[in-house]
Amino acid sequence: MGVIQVLEPGLFTTVQDLGREGYGPLGVSPSGAADALSLRMGNRLVGNAEGEAGLEMTLLGGTFAFPDGAFLIMAGSDFGATLDGKPVELWRAVEAKPGQVLRMGPTRAGARCYLCVHGGIASELFLGSAATHILSGLGGHNGRALQKGDVLKIGTHRWKRAGGWFASFRKREWMLSPRVMKILEPRKVLRVTDGPQSDWFAEGSKEVFHASGYRVAEDSNRMGIRLQGPAIQASASGEMISEGVALGAIQVPEGGMPIILFVEQQTTGGYPKIANVISADLHHLGQLRPRDEIRFERVDLGHARGLLRIQEMQLAGDSWHRGQRG
Amino acid sequence: MRYTFAAMDSAAGTNARFQFASDQSLLIYFDEQVWQHRSPDPVGTGAGRSLQKQFTLEANENVRKLLRLLELEPVAGVRNLHPAYCSLLIKFDALRMRHDELEAILRKYLERLKEVRLPEPRRVEIAVCYGGEFGPDLAEVCTMRGMTEAQAIELHASVEYLVYFLGFVPGFAYLGELPKELVTPRLAAPRRRVPVGSVGIAGNQTGVYPFATPGGWRLLGRTPLRMFRADRDGLSLLSIGDCVRFTPIDAERFAVLEKQWA
Repeated sequence: MGVIQVLEPGLFTTVQDLGREGYGPLGVSPSGAADALSLRMGNRLVGNAEGEAGLEMTLLGGTFAFPDGAFLIMAGSDFGATLDGKPVELWRAVEAKPGQVLRMGPTRAGARCYLCVHGGIASELFLGSAATHILSGLGGHNGRALQKGDVLKIGTHRWKRAGGWFASFRKREWMLSPRVMKILEPRKVLRVTDGPQSDWFAEGSKEVFHASGYRVAEDSNRMGIRLQGPAIQASASGEMISEGVALGAIQVPEGGMPIILFVEQQTTGGYPKIANVISADLHHLGQLRPRDEIRFERVDLGHARGLLRIQEMQLAGDSWHRGQRG
Repeated sequence: MRYTFAAMDSAAGTNARFQFASDQSLLIYFDEQVWQHRSPDPVGTGAGRSLQKQFTLEANENVRKLLRLLELEPVAGVRNLHPAYCSLLIKFDALRMRHDELEAILRKYLERLKEVRLPEPRRVEIAVCYGGEFGPDLAEVCTMRGMTEAQAIELHASVEYLVYFLGFVPGFAYLGELPKELVTPRLAAPRRRVPVGSVGIAGNQTGVYPFATPGGWRLLGRTPLRMFRADRDGLSLLSIGDCVRFTPIDAERFAVLEKQWA
């Protein structure tokens, strides 16, 4: 079994998969990759199941050594990766030979870059998932962000046999189709449906919300994306009893500055929600950087569902091409 | 295709209202008409109102019954459940079903709520060292409510609390109802970091912080118990529907128990 040595962890690097669903009754939110689509597509291109655990890097990437080699890919945003000094293209699987060093720098575009390795990161599962939940210190690698000197195990893929499926997979060069690349293109106009308390807000407040640009605040994280911009006031009866909150819910606390609840969200909350980011756009939230300016576009529920359906069909269909390697 | 949630109606005696929360989640509110027209909160935060004026115990019982039924007989495509005081958020696979389809299934479940037997509540004791550095807000609460620290401690430890639900962060139990003499609004400015194990009050609720998190509840004391542990069967010390009592302990006992339970 191969390993990854962490020479430099980067700013904030965690083990993530697609999260643990089903533990809301215990107050445990799913966590998982902030840009789940990038992790899924990265995994596909190295021959993994979509939900295999990878490393999620934030704004500044790390430096990793592969003493036993690895078949790997960089997914998500471009962090200027090099393998022994040679540039590694995003979305192209490469072979790291034993002893080679993968180095990343600051982001050149979005907020997050994923390192996926064939076989996945083998970490102990907590409630069926390898995803790190930072607040509770559970899951992933000892429940925390990676540190210098950490050693991560690479999983053994069940297909890893000489001359088997993986050997023929590896001979070809796989890449994402233009349609999928389009889905992954950064999007700063996020589509939203009405939130459960939309009608608590005055029409004027809703207009402000839908017509204004909002800046992503510095103190945003995997729990919530805090926004700065025109304040939104809930109507006078703006007092509510706590209830369950959905991923991507946009809540408006007393100060009027919206917060988008994100992957490590609280499971319940007591602020009114004006809107909710649609499922088809959730992955874009994972690529928002502090000071990015975003807007919201209102769609109805049927439209939101249709967009998700089309997106998943495109991802399931001709998502990847193959060609002869090198 | 467009999902318009039905008006409030009565499903076999259960006053439930369905509302979409997002394109992959649906909210069910129970007994809403009972509390929603009550007078506004005199203290200034929603939590300051008497909990019983915001929702009925029956509504919370219905939440627990529906949760139990959905755990015993899972609906294919339902991915997560977020219970709260008088509502349940249901997250589902939007590629697999629509809101109205899920609602139709859930209405059948609601018809059966009466036959659901909730498990006997577990009785859990939580040792608390009140005041001092562990309960930095105890003195202020006493001043606000005109009582001595001993009286406040006795009051807080005098009643049995119900776990309405777990939420916010892993293992955080919303407990009620606090004796009305202790009811105080939450802090105007939340603390950036509340120490793990802190026992706080807000409005008529009380609870224990399982992790060091930001928080606006007034802190009366601290427990050496670990509220949430990955190595424990069930993970969370408390479960929805449990009955909880706080037992005062002194600092020496706290130190002993803290070592023992570390």
